[in-house]
Amino acid sequence: MSEPVVWLTIFVLSVFVGVEVISKVSSTLHTPLMSGANAIHGIILLGAILVTGYAESGLELAVGLAAVVLATVNMVGGFVVTDRMLQMFTRKRPVPKADQNGAGGVTR
Amino acid sequence: MTGTPVWAQLAYLVAAVCFVLALKGLSSPKHARKGNLLGAFGAVLACVTVFFYAELDHLVWILLAIAVGSVVGAVGAQRVQMTQMPQLVALFNGVGGGAAALVALLELGDIAGAGEEVGGFTLAATAFTIVVGSVSFSGSLVTFAKLQELMTSRPVVFPGLPVAFAAALLGGVVLSVLTVTDPAVPTGVLLALIGLLLGVLLVLPVGGADVPIVISLLNAFTGLTVAAGGYVLDNTVLLVAGTLVGASGTFLTKLMAAAMGRSVGNILFGALKGGSTLGAGVASDRPVRSAGAEDVAILLGYAHKVIIVPGYGLAVAQAQHTLRELVDVLGERGIEVGYAIHPVAGRMPGHMNVLLAEAQVPYEQLKEMDDINGEFKQTDVVLVVGANDVVNPAAKTTPGAPIYGMPILNADEAQQIVFLKRSMRPGFAGIENELLFDPKTTLLFGDAKDTLGKLLSAVKGL
Repeated sequence: MSEPVVWLTIFVLSVFVGVEVISKVSSTLHTPLMSGANAIHGIILLGAILVTGYAESGLELAVGLAAVVLATVNMVGGFVVTDRMLQMFTRKRPVPKADQNGAGGVTR
Repeated sequence: MTGTPVWAQLAYLVAAVCFVLALKGLSSPKHARKGNLLGAFGAVLACVTVFFYAELDHLVWILLAIAVGSVVGAVGAQRVQMTQMPQLVALFNGVGGGAAALVALLELGDIAGAGEEVGGFTLAATAFTIVVGSVSFSGSLVTFAKLQELMTSRPVVFPGLPVAFAAALLGGVVLSVLTVTDPAVPTGVLLALIGLLLGVLLVLPVGGADVPIVISLLNAFTGLTVAAGGYVLDNTVLLVAGTLVGASGTFLTKLMAAAMGRSVGNILFGALKGGSTLGAGVASDRPVRSAGAEDVAILLGYAHKVIIVPGYGLAVAQAQHTLRELVDVLGERGIEVGYAIHPVAGRMPGHMNVLLAEAQVPYEQLKEMDDINGEFKQTDVVLVVGANDVVNPAAKTTPGAPIYGMPILNADEAQQIVFLKRSMRPGFAGIENELLFDPKTTLLFGDAKDTLGKLLSAVKGL
């Protein structure tokens, strides 16, 4: 097999996996799913590190570092915010006595 | 992948598997959090691996840049209010696309500078990454501006727009071909600029209510960009991760568009075809029936079955907690209460679930549209809090309305409908809601949090 065909094979199989794994998601989880998928493409950080590491001029280094910063924001921010959302879905409700005392007070 | 040792390639394979499992986990409420953590683990594993085999210069700078990015990302993610989640996702997506475009530009510089022979595929993938990454970057920034209300959330259309879009698209194609036949950095920079322009032109005509679908689409774009970048850099984990996100993102976009009864093409280009997606956006002065909190409290307090329809207005007023207290009090009176969650309630599909989960509303009380729509007929009172478009019967009755065809909650079938509204201003889609003028409907004007507080004490006093 020629090399482009190997890559094409990986690509096509990944498309099917990508569709298959999320095909049964309930609309409840659309927001965290979108945000989680968003974090995963932050993996471009890996590419940004590679090209920056081989930068030869000051300009290349500057552009590369900008890419590293942007990609890290995408990746780290994406995973943290998704976790924050999901934490709320799994959190247990506090004991009901907290609900019955204050009138109109906001419990946070 | 000639330069990558086998152990590193295996580490990348592990990371890729982590991403597949992460997406799978994220599709079920039970495993979602674990899935996300697994994805984060895969990402860290892949990024650490590269430092151990590649002989990189500028290490201190790179680590410093990672530190800066981590702090910015983590602080932003911690500080953001749940109501602003769609904007944040758009922003994170945009910077990812921007990073991919920059990476491809640098790679193009390498290829052009070294004068080495590279395949046409590689150059085509480079051009693709530059242009689509730029589209994703600028498009996401415009969606951010729309959602953050830095600019109007209404569709922006000007007469030459379709022509400008077509011209930019043609320019993008020509420059891409040029990049393949004669790779040079200036061509790449021009291509990036065209991409930025395309992104802006693509998102401007999209109306506020449809913006979330665009975020999802741009998310898929960035995924595909990263996949192409993986091909350029000879890196399998980028290819697999990018493709996974691209494919699942495209599928998710279609699911969301279906939940709104629209096609993706109609969402993107609907406004160009004429005024049909433009609502009037003005407040009506037709007569309505309004009431005080005490009257509504009596309606609620002596009902048997109440359904709450929460909308984005609830979240804006930060009234979720007060609403939950009201529901608790009604529950104590033996009234059956449930929340009807429209798939696109809030500003993004699934957004309302996140907002109510934040207010610690028990998961079992949240009912999806298809499960609860049959129950409205036996419901005494529907309390619509800060929602509008998702109960607008125009979606069923008025062909030509921007939301026509969108599945809605059948609130109009209930005995009584109570709207908690700040004003008569129309909803996000900018169209009037006939249900407001229905004889069964009562309006309770005021800030959602104040009004719910008054309702709460009035129900307690019954």
